Amino acid sequence: MTDLVDLQAPAPARRTPRSLTLSVGLVLVGLHLFVALLTLFWTPYDPTAMTGGRLEPPSWAHWAGTDRLGRDLFTQIMIGSRIALTVGAGAVAIAAAIGVTLGVLAAFATRTLDDVLAATFDILIAFPTLLLAMLVVAATDTASLFSAILALGIAISAIVARLTRILAKRVLAMDYITAARTAGSSWPSIVFRHVLPNIWPTLSVNFALQFGIAIIAEASLSYLGLGAPPPNASWGRLLQEAQGTVYTAPFGAVAPGIALVSLVIGMNLLADGLRDVGDPTRRRSR
Amino acid sequence: MSLLRIENLTIRTGGQALVKDMSLVIEPGARVGLIGESGSGKSLTALAAIGLLPPGLKPEGSILLDGVQVIGAPEEKLKALRGRTAAFVFQEPLTALDPLMKIGRQVAEPIARRHRRDGRSAGRQEIVAEVRHYLERVALPDIDRIMNAYPFQISGGQRQRVAIAMALACRPKLLIADEPTTALDVTTQAEILELLSTLVREEGMALLFISHDLPVVAKVAEEVTVLRRGQVVEQGPVRSVFGSPQHEYTKMLVDAAAAFDRALGAQQ
Amino acid sequence: MTLISVDSVAFGYSRKEPVLHDVSFTVKKGVNLGLVGESGSGKSTILKLLLGLERPSSGVIRFEGQPMNLNDREFMRRYRRAVQAVFQDPYSSLDPRQKVEAIIAEPLRALKIPGDHRAAIEQALADVGLPVDAISRYPHEFSGGQRQRIALARAIVARPQLVLADEAVSALDLSTRIRIVDLLKDLSKAITILLVSHDLGVVAALCEEIIILEKGRIVEAGRTEDILARPQHPYTRKLLASVPRMPA
Repeated sequence: MTDLVDLQAPAPARRTPRSLTLSVGLVLVGLHLFVALLTLFWTPYDPTAMTGGRLEPPSWAHWAGTDRLGRDLFTQIMIGSRIALTVGAGAVAIAAAIGVTLGVLAAFATRTLDDVLAATFDILIAFPTLLLAMLVVAATDTASLFSAILALGIAISAIVARLTRILAKRVLAMDYITAARTAGSSWPSIVFRHVLPNIWPTLSVNFALQFGIAIIAEASLSYLGLGAPPPNASWGRLLQEAQGTVYTAPFGAVAPGIALVSLVIGMNLLADGLRDVGDPTRRRSR
Repeated sequence: MSLLRIENLTIRTGGQALVKDMSLVIEPGARVGLIGESGSGKSLTALAAIGLLPPGLKPEGSILLDGVQVIGAPEEKLKALRGRTAAFVFQEPLTALDPLMKIGRQVAEPIARRHRRDGRSAGRQEIVAEVRHYLERVALPDIDRIMNAYPFQISGGQRQRVAIAMALACRPKLLIADEPTTALDVTTQAEILELLSTLVREEGMALLFISHDLPVVAKVAEEVTVLRRGQVVEQGPVRSVFGSPQHEYTKMLVDAAAAFDRALGAQQ
Repeated sequence: MTLISVDSVAFGYSRKEPVLHDVSFTVKKGVNLGLVGESGSGKSTILKLLLGLERPSSGVIRFEGQPMNLNDREFMRRYRRAVQAVFQDPYSSLDPRQKVEAIIAEPLRALKIPGDHRAAIEQALADVGLPVDAISRYPHEFSGGQRQRIALARAIVARPQLVLADEAVSALDLSTRIRIVDLLKDLSKAITILLVSHDLGVVAALCEEIIILEKGRIVEAGRTEDILARPQHPYTRKLLASVPRMPA
């Protein structure tokens, strides 16, 4: 017995709508990704070799010119992409692992424990990310790419935890969670099948934003000399080196600057685009 | 002159017509019911009548409220109409009242506004006395306590009574009630319906009562308009529309309501 | 045959504010039971207790003669296999990110029920009057009434003995409401239904027995037609007198 009148549902889902922000974001990030992967096999020059004169402006031989030791700047910028993406991905992965776990636990916690956790997250968030990262780097006592990633991951995890806690609480209040319990599902099963998938759209947008923040933070750390030491060619370090000669050879700062800005903007656009597109309920023809 | 005359009202948003070619007349003192399910456009029609449609919804056609054209009217003209000519009671008493303002003060607002409009300035004593008067009219117990209470400190039924008091305080010619009892318990609903009927009669007001609940409408209205997906499907006196519905849709609604009614057994 | 017996159950979130006082009743197989009350009556609390979401402060709930023990996993598995639920809000009771197939399959999976899950799901969809192609669609593609049907399909897919319906039609339009009530009547040939509702008309249409609740106590209980014809308690009378009736 099918009910014809009852079946006048809204029109079925349309295909994923094209989002301009998503497309542009994907292109920018994709470009950096491609370049980063490329550096694993090939770079125009050896980054440590002095292949040109000092502080040369851009030319056909050296697309971004050379640095103060005559090394090809474009090669260093390309490798910088790899560093930036590694840092971004690593920091976000660590922040996600710590933050989501703590956030979900907090969502289940009893009133007092929840208050304590929420306050803890808020206090950690109040610390400037950079300061927190510097603290962690100082604590691990070695400046390396890994310690920078770890530091940033820990610093960002508090924001992720707070967001996860609020999103998870909202989901846990929904009737479909009660229905899942009535159906016999265990709490772990409910978390993985219902809570995480429903908070993922908002979380993933946040991750994309944190990615951009992590990259800038790492650039800042390297600029201050606290990031990975040479020969790791972080854009931050390149900026710091170019600082002294910025009036005579501006391209030394402009080139890494463009690289940094383009990747971060790309990630932000990606984040916006994901939000437009991510949810099955948004794919509705209206 | 009719109090409310809606002619060929169409309300569009984007490309869609949410209300199509709707016509309705309310004479002074008349009690009219507007019946529809979700998506029927009944609430939109009511909002359009006092020029309170949300932005993005464009009304076409003619709405004459006490002889004044509402569609396209400037805000000052509409403000003059609201309250004096028509007052609104909403569905959800919890959100209809300002949660941060004491009841006494909230009821005082429309009273003070009315005095200003009439060109008189009323002293505080006078306004407080009127607030008490209206709270008494809606049969609220313990008036002193309620005047000093916040909305969350009183029950849903009491909040709805306050909302009705505020609407009454405007001394409107037309009271528009949009599902005023849907969020209330059955016993409270019965009391509020009784109150509405009495007040409307005693004050000589007209009533536009919007609901999806057929027996509830039958209790308060003399005439009824049935809306479906923005279009008028049937109109007429309650007894004939419910007793011998002409349109398929009306028949279906009446049959459904009658089925539940039958299950309740003979009326006592 | 008694499915569930509730014996002198009391409940309160804190000691000072009891929500239920000394409530006792039985749910019999094949006899649809209606729990009627207004806000504050305790009907939602009784439902939570029957769903094993809370423990009574005192008193015992028995299933198949055995006292309900939320910590006994095997007992709860048997209990949940026999007792399922449908909730009031069709827009919040289905996981928006799951396809209908996964939604309906959940009890089968969680309770580890053997057999062909796909066939069971298709049968459940047919029983509630939805087309089979619904399984690959998402909840937002359906109307309120259809969503309730999906929720019902989820409730019956494991072939429970009892379905607890919490105001299951209250959020629906009149025309949809009557159709879902008819569906519930149809399903009650095989499954017993306990309907919690404030709407006496709906309860009267579906349930052979009624319990009237006021402020956490049972004030009257018995066969629906008896209570409707000869209400004894003042509250029951007031309730009946308050229900708006169609003009004669």
